[in-house]
Amino acid sequence: MNRIFEGMNPMTLLTLCALGMVLLYLGRAQVHRAIRQASRIFASALRLASRAVALAEQRLQTRNREVLLAEGASHVEKELEREFQRIEAVVQRDLQNYPALHRQMSGLLTRLDEDYQQSASSPPSPPGWVAAVTAVTKLPDPEGNLVGTILGEIKQEADRQHTSSMAAYRTQSQQRHKRLERMMPFWRRLQKTLSNAERNITGLQQRAQAIDVRMEQYETIRSDPERAARYLSSSAFAQFAISSLVMVIAVGGAFINFNLIALPMSEMVGGGSRIGPLQTSHVAALVIILVEVTMGLFLMETLRITRLFPVINQLDDKLRVRLAWFSFSILLTMAGIESALAFMRDQIAADSHALRQALTGAQATAITGANWIPMVGQMVLGFILPFALTFVAIPLESFIHSGRTMLGTATCGFLRFCATLLRIVGSFSLTSGKLLISLYDLLIFPLLWVETRVGQIRQTTGISTPVPAAGPDLEKPALPSKALLPTSRRRKKAEGDQ
Amino acid sequence: MRRFFLTLLLPLVLGGCADSQSHTQSVVLLIDTSGTYTAELQKAQAIAKFLLGTLQPGDSLCVASIDTGSFSEKDIIHKVTFDGRPSVLNQQKRTFIEALDHFVGNTKSSPYTDITGGMLQAVEYLTETGSPRRTILIFSDLEEELAKGYVRDFPLDLNNCRVVALNVTKLRQDNIDPRKYKHRLEAWQSRIEKGGGSFRVINDLDRLERLLEN
Repeated sequence: MNRIFEGMNPMTLLTLCALGMVLLYLGRAQVHRAIRQASRIFASALRLASRAVALAEQRLQTRNREVLLAEGASHVEKELEREFQRIEAVVQRDLQNYPALHRQMSGLLTRLDEDYQQSASSPPSPPGWVAAVTAVTKLPDPEGNLVGTILGEIKQEADRQHTSSMAAYRTQSQQRHKRLERMMPFWRRLQKTLSNAERNITGLQQRAQAIDVRMEQYETIRSDPERAARYLSSSAFAQFAISSLVMVIAVGGAFINFNLIALPMSEMVGGGSRIGPLQTSHVAALVIILVEVTMGLFLMETLRITRLFPVINQLDDKLRVRLAWFSFSILLTMAGIESALAFMRDQIAADSHALRQALTGAQATAITGANWIPMVGQMVLGFILPFALTFVAIPLESFIHSGRTMLGTATCGFLRFCATLLRIVGSFSLTSGKLLISLYDLLIFPLLWVETRVGQIRQTTGISTPVPAAGPDLEKPALPSKALLPTSRRRKKAEGDQ
Repeated sequence: MRRFFLTLLLPLVLGGCADSQSHTQSVVLLIDTSGTYTAELQKAQAIAKFLLGTLQPGDSLCVASIDTGSFSEKDIIHKVTFDGRPSVLNQQKRTFIEALDHFVGNTKSSPYTDITGGMLQAVEYLTETGSPRRTILIFSDLEEELAKGYVRDFPLDLNNCRVVALNVTKLRQDNIDPRKYKHRLEAWQSRIEKGGGSFRVINDLDRLERLLEN
């Protein structure tokens, strides 16, 4: 462009500029209209788009709230169900056996009563010989030998009776003590049974309180959805943060697990082959870890700790338990394999280290101390990590459930941002149209100045200004044509004309 | 960690087709045994050991000598394609080290230097391996001296081989006229590039990690 103007005569250039300016002046009205309409169309389109996005955001927000409330209600229902199951278990285990318990307690009490009755001590017989002695002493005894002999006989008999009755008394006391001693376990058993019953009743009371709380939450969800949505949303945020943290830790565990088995896997599948840019042994190691995680998921699912797969939860109990054992068996096998691989890893690493030393010409350093400790550590890690990874299922479930809420909220925020942005761009396009019109006028300002001056002169001299054919009043909206007016307005206009 | 995540993202990246050959490489190390170059064999041994430490399962390595007539299987000291199993791989490398030690300890100086014959033998081996990345390392002063009757003045077909000249020592006449050294290198470069290969010189053996760089 510069080259075109470089060799041009200044006069020619000036003439061209003037010509251009005249052309721009002549087409001013059309250009203004075009710019204004274009900017209005663009702004309207953006406003419509903004409105559509805002509506979508509202719909999504409503949907999010519905999902959140449904999830909250479902969660509370599950908890209620679990509480009822626990109560059912307590009732089945203890209170269902209450008649037997009652019979047991009655039996124990009867036996205790009998033992108590039997353990009562019999009162010693009153000393009857005292009256006999008194009577004998009153007998007349002229010789003085008869009474003494009788008394002596009585004494001997009394002594014999006393000895035998004391022996009988001691035997009875011993038996009583034995009975009392035999009562002790019954007392203890009775006390234990009563304690158990008390504990069960207390447990039931606690469960009932928990059910009350859950029911209150459930009622809140039903009666005050706004408050429940706020509460559930904040709860979902917290769950998301916690589960993300645990998931990151689990990924760290999986990474260590991967490193434990990646090298020895090359001994099994070969280290030379590749899948894309990665060694097949690495892919195989990852597959093993993923299978372990999957088995862990199934195990948790079949144990009803998590509820990610409705199909598993709907399974028959017997089949579910079988599936749990199956998952556990595979997991155990995998753990054993990993442990063996960890052992192999240690061997390979030691061999490679020795080879590296041979290649560099370094002297082989003798390992002092217990070099079996790292090996055993690796093997134990290899065995434990698959089971540790099993528990990933719990945070994963939380992550998925809370992630839905998080994603919904984030999408809502994004849509809101888009709507605002579209509105801003629409306004900007309107303003830009006005700016373009002003810039256009700036290009032809000498002619506009002349036009204004001519108009002023005509006004002062009293010459009416004809409406320019090419340029109606640009700032005033053009009057609508007859065809475009509504029928009522057309009628009124016609009446006015008449 | 990066490797772990790359592996984790694998299913997203790939359809999952095995490709066992696309990442392997083959290397031939030609060791000049003519004249006084036998004194430099320790350096060549160090290079070979570096290669043994660097090459991965699936890669191929061949070490051959350059003597009077090098286009012969007899000049191959040892060759191996590394196994994928680490235990076998380590054993292969140990065997290779033994063969190298034996060669260094028992080699006698040859009167002539048939570099072209060695290169032809190397190209033949590299073609057989089928590796996409092929490298010929020439541990020599690049001064070819052929025995009477040996024909080597024909174009080479290097088939995308990378040729790296190592430890190209300056000869006595190079010291007198350094242009000869330059002309010698340029002549080899021209010959190799005409044959479809690439050529470069590495004289600093402390930077061996550059050997197998693209």
